[in-house]
Amino acid sequence: METDTITAISTPIGEGAIAIVRLSGPEAISITANVFKGKNLFDVPSHTIHYGKIMDPETNEIAEEVMISVMRAPKTFTREDVVEINCHGGMVAVNRVLEIILSKGARLAEPGEFTKRAFLHGRIDLSQAEAVMDLIRAKTDKAMSVALKQMDGRLSALIRRLRQDLLETVAHVEVNIDYPEYDDVEEMSHDMMRTKTKEVHQEIVELLQVAKQGKILREGLATAIIGRPNVGKSSLMNTLVQENKAIVTEIPGTTRDIIEEYVSVRGVPLRLVDTAGIRETEDIVEKIGVERSRQVLKESDLILFVLNYNEVLSDEDDKLFQAIQDLDYIVIINKTDLEQKLNLARVEELAAGKPIVTTSLIKEEGINELEEAIAKIFFAGDIDTGDLTYVSNVRHIQLLRQAKQALEDAMEGLELGLPLDIVQIDVTRTWELLGEIIGDTASDSLIDQLFSQFCLGK
Amino acid sequence: MTYDAGHYDVVVVGAGHAGVEAGLAAAKMGAKTLMLTLNLDMIAFMPCNPSIGGPAKGIVVREIDALGGVMGKVIDKTHIQMRLLNTGKGPAVQALRAQADKPLYIKEMKKIIENEKNITLRQGMVDRLIVEDGVCKGVITETNAAYSAKTVIITTGTFMRGKVLMGDLEYESGPNNQRPTIKLSENLEELGFEITRFKTGTPPRVNSHTIDYSKTEIQPGDEDPRSFSYETTEYITDQIPCWLTYTNEFTHQIINENLSLSAMYSGMKRGTGPRYCPSIEDKIVRFNDKPRHQIFLEPEGRDTEEVYVQGLSTSLPESIQHSIVRSVEGLENAEIMRAGYAIEYDAIVPTQLWPTLETKKIPGLFTAGQINGTSGYEEAAAQGIMAGINAAAKVLGKDPVILDRSQAYIGVLIDDLVTKGTNEPYRLLTSRAEYRLLLRHDNADLRMTELGYKLGLISEERYAAFTEKYRLVEEEKKRLQKLVIKPSTEVNAFLETAGASPMKEAVKAYDLLKRPELSYDLLAPIIDADPSLSHEVTEQVGIQIKYEGYIKKANDQVARMLKMEEKKIPEDIDYDAISGIATEAKEKLKTVRPLSIGQASRISGVNPADISILVVYIEQGNISRLAN
Repeated sequence: METDTITAISTPIGEGAIAIVRLSGPEAISITANVFKGKNLFDVPSHTIHYGKIMDPETNEIAEEVMISVMRAPKTFTREDVVEINCHGGMVAVNRVLEIILSKGARLAEPGEFTKRAFLHGRIDLSQAEAVMDLIRAKTDKAMSVALKQMDGRLSALIRRLRQDLLETVAHVEVNIDYPEYDDVEEMSHDMMRTKTKEVHQEIVELLQVAKQGKILREGLATAIIGRPNVGKSSLMNTLVQENKAIVTEIPGTTRDIIEEYVSVRGVPLRLVDTAGIRETEDIVEKIGVERSRQVLKESDLILFVLNYNEVLSDEDDKLFQAIQDLDYIVIINKTDLEQKLNLARVEELAAGKPIVTTSLIKEEGINELEEAIAKIFFAGDIDTGDLTYVSNVRHIQLLRQAKQALEDAMEGLELGLPLDIVQIDVTRTWELLGEIIGDTASDSLIDQLFSQFCLGK
Repeated sequence: MTYDAGHYDVVVVGAGHAGVEAGLAAAKMGAKTLMLTLNLDMIAFMPCNPSIGGPAKGIVVREIDALGGVMGKVIDKTHIQMRLLNTGKGPAVQALRAQADKPLYIKEMKKIIENEKNITLRQGMVDRLIVEDGVCKGVITETNAAYSAKTVIITTGTFMRGKVLMGDLEYESGPNNQRPTIKLSENLEELGFEITRFKTGTPPRVNSHTIDYSKTEIQPGDEDPRSFSYETTEYITDQIPCWLTYTNEFTHQIINENLSLSAMYSGMKRGTGPRYCPSIEDKIVRFNDKPRHQIFLEPEGRDTEEVYVQGLSTSLPESIQHSIVRSVEGLENAEIMRAGYAIEYDAIVPTQLWPTLETKKIPGLFTAGQINGTSGYEEAAAQGIMAGINAAAKVLGKDPVILDRSQAYIGVLIDDLVTKGTNEPYRLLTSRAEYRLLLRHDNADLRMTELGYKLGLISEERYAAFTEKYRLVEEEKKRLQKLVIKPSTEVNAFLETAGASPMKEAVKAYDLLKRPELSYDLLAPIIDADPSLSHEVTEQVGIQIKYEGYIKKANDQVARMLKMEEKKIPEDIDYDAISGIATEAKEKLKTVRPLSIGQASRISGVNPADISILVVYIEQGNISRLAN
């Protein structure tokens, strides 16, 4: 029934373990074989596993050493041809493999789509229908909220601007078509269109370069370190960075500043939010005001709340406890090398069951416990969070690539001297693809633009 | 007490642009049809602009024609000028527009209706519907005539509780001072229909003798013969021009000073007006930086001196209208014959309709045209023919006919209406069509004729001509695939004189035609073109070859869309029984009751997760249905 081939990373994030990219659909084997160096996957028996390498088709370099399982329909989870690519753990390798697979024609699976296909092909019992629907609902809602939250404000603003540029161009062409005698706007020319498409194309190319450097690929839990001044926030930050491999170091061209935002703690990717603010100055609550900091906190997936073992609890600490009471947080009692002044019982009461870790960052004590607590929170909770988070980013990149291709089609049409209303088909497509990135697919905007930009009537 | 006035298969209420197409389609399909209209002298009257066609709309007229409708034929016979618009652009957006001879159009249309053997044409005001057990069974007129019917199509345009507004003058009226339809509107409300209030407007008409045309620019028709209908063979050669002039700062000053007197700006009007057809007050207020606006002077016919002042639609008092008109260059001494006005009217919220245009609430009742919230003669006629076809199909036990968005602008129009609804009078625009490269002016026959023929609306003769045309097109394409053109000195010299770059190696004629700078006509001498092939055939060959890549891309998109359309949703599915669909989406789905997953996915507020859940729910087979 379904004719396309879907793919996704089907394992939760975890360093040390393997990560699996799964494909399902009629082209699962051919797409994989296309980028696989090893045995001929078309000839291998079903349900066998094979060692080999995934090649990057752009550079022709080895992208990843992998083990590939080939399972042919119908005896598979989805009852379609299924391929599972076992990569090394960690985020980067598996993401790269996923991108390569996507570039060869697989489509990124919608949330719950493997299960949906399994169901539609009768693999799952009818009585489970409701569960399947609940799963789709939950996964989709989560994906949406995560995708929105993940998106960098500047990125979405940029995409919105590019879309508005394209929309005005398209509306201009449309008004020439629908109101050919309307004389208030000059007829859109090939040159005007060429200038506009080149501009937008350049910006998309730049965005994709940035994406490659990992700025867009912001996988991981948004993590905020909070606490009063001098409790050891920057020490904590440094410790986390030094103790752990910074994820994006594997990607060339990234600067030291950015590296420090990304750390992998026991396989849990953390994005340390507002790093500079914590490090250079005092408290983010003081720095950006209570309202703003609440906002920052709300957008965080995890909060590391640092208290000083050597100080009594203040009103401010109470306020912070209040601000984060509905969020996921870990209380870190630092400076255990100094004299105890903190009322531990009171802290336990305020934390209401949330994990509490004691550390002396100076003496490098308690760090293992802290890392364990972070891993525990992550893996005990909904492990899909991280999964969906970075998938949504791959999705952005994929859409950006398609948008770039559509614009290049438009530019080719311009060079060939095709009529603008034909060229505009690809420009409109670009606009739609960019819209998918920011979740805006309302098709009425063009008509609205048309009537707000031009004075039309009879 | 009512009296039994007769029994019919289809009763059409109204004989405007929707009504005539509805009545004729039903009658030609073999249904015994009654057409009731308020005034027999106003059949297919044009209450606003004297023109038919234009971008998107002109293509609709051709689609109607290829389905066997009459709008194209009648305007071909009665226009005063015709133009092909957008000739400098691609083939997908070219469209015809004709200036109509209004009185002649009415006369011609009336003749056609009167001579259709299955139609009884009668003057009468319908007051209410006969509804038994929730099913529409006929109509009752103000004269107590009760007509029983298997189906009823209401095409009452802007007449329902119509109210004319001009300055502070306000009176109940249909367009152009005709009687409004009051009781029928009340009856529909009683029957539980959701009614909305829309408004539109029309500019003043002035006497041609009082216009100084020397101060305006001439706007002639095309010299090449043009026609909407694929059957038209005789062309009108003595065309009449339109004229172009402009408003100026003085005009704008008068309007600004009198804004408070406008029916619209004094807050009397409640209806929602269309953005694409703003009054001159609207234009001045919203675009106050524009020093002037275009005014087209369009004759309303050959035997009348009335001239339509396009661009001056207004609801200002008559006295101000005089000053405005006379502020315009060329109109300094112009005499207004009819003042402009705004009209407010009831429309049915169109999401209450199935894509067949039958109402969901009352089986057997159809509505078509401006009553469904559209604007424009062409949009009305398009709905009229589809409602006529579906009403007759229902009576005759045939399958309903629903056009999809890749087949016709008519499909786009109706799908938009019944799926998304509209919050202003709906006008077709080329930008509303996703697949407009497929919905071209030149291939409306290819898209619609087969269907029209199967429905019995296209004659054997016309169908034979149609199949012959496309046989020749295919044959010629095959020939060009085989014909190899070698880069001889003569050929390259020829290309050079044609302004094209020379060839380096031999290519197929087919591929040579793909070059944007080369057309079939231009290449005719070197591709051994058969001079007996008609222009229609070679035009089609040229377009199909040149845009093959884009057409294929569009067809791939259509194939994906159709897969979603093929996933049907039972009409009586109980959305409340489906867990997981978001509340807002559920409410929308319950109102629109989409017939396919494709249609459901176009409803705003229904997101992909809801669609996934709906698919899974339907696939599992155990579907909960509404108790009837």
